[in-house]
Amino acid sequence: MGIFFSFSVVVALTVIAFAGVWIPGMQYFFGVVIPYLAVLVFLVGVVLKVAKWGRSPVPFRIPTTCGQQQSLPWIKHSKYDNPQTTGQVIIRMVLEVFLFRSLFRNLRTEMNDGRVTYGSDKILWLAGLLFHISFFIVLIRHLRFFIEPVPSFINMIDALDGFVQVGVPHLLLTGVLLVAAGGYLLFRRINNSQVRHISLPADYFPLLLIIGIALSGIIMRYFVKVDIVSVKAFTLGLVSLRPRTPAGIGAIFYIHLFLISALLVYFPFSKLMHMGGVFLSPTRNLANNNREVRHVNPWNYDVKVHSYAAYEDEFREKMKEAGIPVEKE
Amino acid sequence: MYNGGKIIFGLIIFLAIVTFPFYSNLGGSAKKAMPSLDTPEIYALATKECVRSGEYMKKEHMKVLDEWRDEVVREGKREKISVGGTELEKSLQNGCMHCHSNKEQFCTECHKYAGIDPYCWDCHFDRGEGRL
Repeated sequence: MGIFFSFSVVVALTVIAFAGVWIPGMQYFFGVVIPYLAVLVFLVGVVLKVAKWGRSPVPFRIPTTCGQQQSLPWIKHSKYDNPQTTGQVIIRMVLEVFLFRSLFRNLRTEMNDGRVTYGSDKILWLAGLLFHISFFIVLIRHLRFFIEPVPSFINMIDALDGFVQVGVPHLLLTGVLLVAAGGYLLFRRINNSQVRHISLPADYFPLLLIIGIALSGIIMRYFVKVDIVSVKAFTLGLVSLRPRTPAGIGAIFYIHLFLISALLVYFPFSKLMHMGGVFLSPTRNLANNNREVRHVNPWNYDVKVHSYAAYEDEFREKMKEAGIPVEKE
Repeated sequence: MYNGGKIIFGLIIFLAIVTFPFYSNLGGSAKKAMPSLDTPEIYALATKECVRSGEYMKKEHMKVLDEWRDEVVREGKREKISVGGTELEKSLQNGCMHCHSNKEQFCTECHKYAGIDPYCWDCHFDRGEGRL
């Protein structure tokens, strides 16, 4: 089963990082070489992938129509489910990207007394949204390790995130939410037999990897602590392109960093590219104006035509001689 | 490329956001916060030591304070602590900050550097700050 393979890979990555840093000299490798390579692969990979998608022609409008198309004036047009103009498409995209509107329509399909029934299922939408928002806020929060002095809005996010003021260092809610929502998404894959049936290692791996990253971060913050000032001096060195060999930072930091590097390397080659892909989805980002505007197939060959008018011009005299009627004298 | 303008525009925005930490730090000094131990009280100590080792305190000082808070406030265990031959109260303001009387150069130096705003200071304060 895919989940065991994916789980083994995540565990192997953890063990590699944990064992690796005990070897003298390997701290530079795991702390500097691997992260730089990972960022490079991530940036180049994402750009090349999007450029490759950009070269695919979109010959015709193929939006998913989830409502009434613009029609006669007395028929109500469903603007954001069947957009007609670019403005409506932009609103549809904003709702899709920030609120996962299409996922909100998710249904639960079940057999009840031999009949197929469809029920509302908003938990997937809620967990998916929480997972993404939490991950995003966690990322923003991490900017405090990459900017000196730390901008006040990051301190504000940190204060809001930790407003429950539990423990020291204070508990940050998005970290917990990230693991909880990711855990639900994993649970759903395993628990729901239909979803389990279509789940591949490529579905389990990113989920397990992100949960692993979140857990290693939580362990590092609350349980096996590291010297955070040394960590920031090290990360600042990385981003100012003057890397210094990290010294006196615990192994848990290298595990965290190595799992993130693995995620960055894996990103451009995986389903995680939905980050860029959502903007390039022809079923979302096209207006349904097939009847209003003429769309010419972009790969049409420029056919040399010989129209009847030109034909007649060429053979008019011969046609007259042969007694064939002509349109123009 | 089809719709090349829009796609390239999107890619540029993506790169501008993702590489922000890099270009915003170009030419930066990448300095490291250095908490100062330079106070008259520390010089006056018979032996220069803290309640725990410096290595431990770097990572776990908040845990020590949290435990002290529970012991003093909840369990009433107010026995003195001995640091470098001096008897001190088990307290942030009267214990730790007896020696570390330089809050700005000691506490805030690292907290600010790491973007941490501990809620200790919602109630506690530095002798010099003159708040009450």
